Amino acid sequence: MTASVQERDLVVIGGGPAGLAAALAAKEDGIDDVLIIERSDELGGILNQCIHNGFGIHLFEKELTGPEYAERFIKDVMKEQIECLTGTVVTGLSREREITAVGQESGLLKIKAKAVVLAMGCRERTRSAIHIPGDRPAGVFTAGTIQQLINLDGYLPGKTVVILGSGDIGLIMARRLTLEGVKVQGVVEIMSYPGGLNRNIAQCLNDFGIPLYLSHTVVEIRGKERVEGVVVAPVDSRRVPILDRSFYVPCDTIVLSVGLIPENELSRMADVRLSSTTSGAYVDENLQTSVDGIFACGNVLHVHDVVDFVTRESWRAGKNAARFIKSGLPQCGIAVKPGKNVRYVVPHMVSGEQDVEFFLRASRPMGRSVLSIQPGLREVRQRIVKPSEMISVTLSADVIAKAKSSGEIRFELDERGTGQ
Amino acid sequence: MNTSDKRELICISCPLGCQLSVDVSDGKPVSVSGNQCKRGIVYAESEILNPRRILTTTIRIKGGVVSQLPVRTKEPISKDLMMQAMRELRKYEVNAPVELGEVIVSDLLGTGVDVIASRTVVKAE
Ligand SMILES: Cc1cc2nc3c(=O)[nH]c(=O)nc-3n(C[C@H](O)[C@H](O)[C@H](O)COP(=O)(O)OP(=O)(O)OC[C@H]3O[C@@H](n4cnc5c(N)ncnc54)[C@H](O)[C@@H]3O)c2cc1C
Ligand code: SF4
Repeated sequence: MTASVQERDLVVIGGGPAGLAAALAAKEDGIDDVLIIERSDELGGILNQCIHNGFGIHLFEKELTGPEYAERFIKDVMKEQIECLTGTVVTGLSREREITAVGQESGLLKIKAKAVVLAMGCRERTRSAIHIPGDRPAGVFTAGTIQQLINLDGYLPGKTVVILGSGDIGLIMARRLTLEGVKVQGVVEIMSYPGGLNRNIAQCLNDFGIPLYLSHTVVEIRGKERVEGVVVAPVDSRRVPILDRSFYVPCDTIVLSVGLIPENELSRMADVRLSSTTSGAYVDENLQTSVDGIFACGNVLHVHDVVDFVTRESWRAGKNAARFIKSGLPQCGIAVKPGKNVRYVVPHMVSGEQDVEFFLRASRPMGRSVLSIQPGLREVRQRIVKPSEMISVTLSADVIAKAKSSGEIRFELDERGTGQ
Repeated sequence: MNTSDKRELICISCPLGCQLSVDVSDGKPVSVSGNQCKRGIVYAESEILNPRRILTTTIRIKGGVVSQLPVRTKEPISKDLMMQAMRELRKYEVNAPVELGEVIVSDLLGTGVDVIASRTVVKAE
């Protein structure tokens, strides 16, 4: 079967908060021919299943639920009459920005776009990403799957649950399961600090008296057909389980909340250069990837904990995609480098010609710290720093321009007073 | 008798999650530290006097494009009422269409707080 090739100005892949914001921004800047392609039957992405409140605090100064946040943008997309193909999966993407997609109603589509925004979000790490010995009984789910089962399908997965990993989704699901009458036996985290936000520890675990076992891991899953329980053990400083202090916890369901990875299969097909730290694309200050005219934003670029940042970043991606279509974009010659105690900084390349908002994450939990930016010696005081909380800093063009001669700008975190 | 002690709390009013320290005397908050904005003080005071939370859950919906309607309390309700509120809400089922913000249950458990739809659900074709 061959499909004739359509020509479009901008194609946005993914209709979550990232895709919606990028499409709206490009439309605002005069690109009328915008197409959003979304795999699900509905726009809104992961927000549709995030029924808890806590979205939009920065942007709207309100605590919206995920669906409420999404609906604001979906309504704007409708109002602007931006074309959306839902129930349609993008299966191929080339360097030349040729897109292949398959839809229930639209059939096979071939599209050549002047610019493409990647906004595919991320997927969850699964059991194969971690290694637990023992049987392979039924009753092991990822936190996102549980969220989907309960919130979208109205189905409870079990009666007693142990949650492995303390990422935000797992914490949110600990509360949701408890409210639905499921007994949550505890949350087991191998690191010495929680993976999720403090507020979720407070309102999802502490509120319901759910124990959090830090520096512990599941060393064995028991049960033949269905999960019957897990063996939990503390770990030493090298994360090796101390087996003689292990204990048994009965449960019929295990929920894995061990993190998210950007969904970059399509980016790979288009030869987009990916970073091994973020698992997302390398981008410049315009959110353009290593391939001309292909942009990336939202969770497909790096995992965000707050949706407001996704919207802000994606808005810029849409604006710059519009600029690319109309007049092209300038080169960015300054490399952005993570220094001491910094795991990553996005974007990876900047020009020194415009102000840039940088997103970065610390590589370890730290006390009150100072973020220093070299050269230019800009110092920004930080409160307590945690890897789970993304830091955002905006630098003006003249500060960034100081790095033009060395071609490199470096971000470092130091604990205040200790020099470490 | 005068009792005073210190309570450690995590502010849940925004993702920063500040670690708050509250001096409590006779069950009343006297001073708050560790907050980075005024909302932290408001939170700490209400958390000591009457801890409240927004409750979010789902209710079955018939004839719509989805089978579950996400709902939430319009205002926070007392933390102690959470489980009772869940039992109450399990009794409800609604029919599509529903508008975002529409009142689904008014005056939940006599709290004066309404439960509202947190999305629009159109009828299935
Ligand atoms: C469980 C959970 C809880 C969260 N809680 C909070 C919170 O309390 N507060 C907060 O501010 N943030 C929260 N976040 C973060 C925030 O929701 C996310 O950062 C945000 O939704 C990411 O948006 P996105 O558009 O990048 O990705 P997504 O929302 O995942 O959207 C990506 C979209 O792309 C589509 N797609 C993927 N591949 C293809 C393809 N090949 N073809 C077509 N379509 C495709 C997907 O179907 C999806 O709709 C939470 C996230 C999760 C997962
Ligand atoms: S005190 Fe202010 S800044 Fe700190 S968590 Fe509360 S609302 Fe956020």
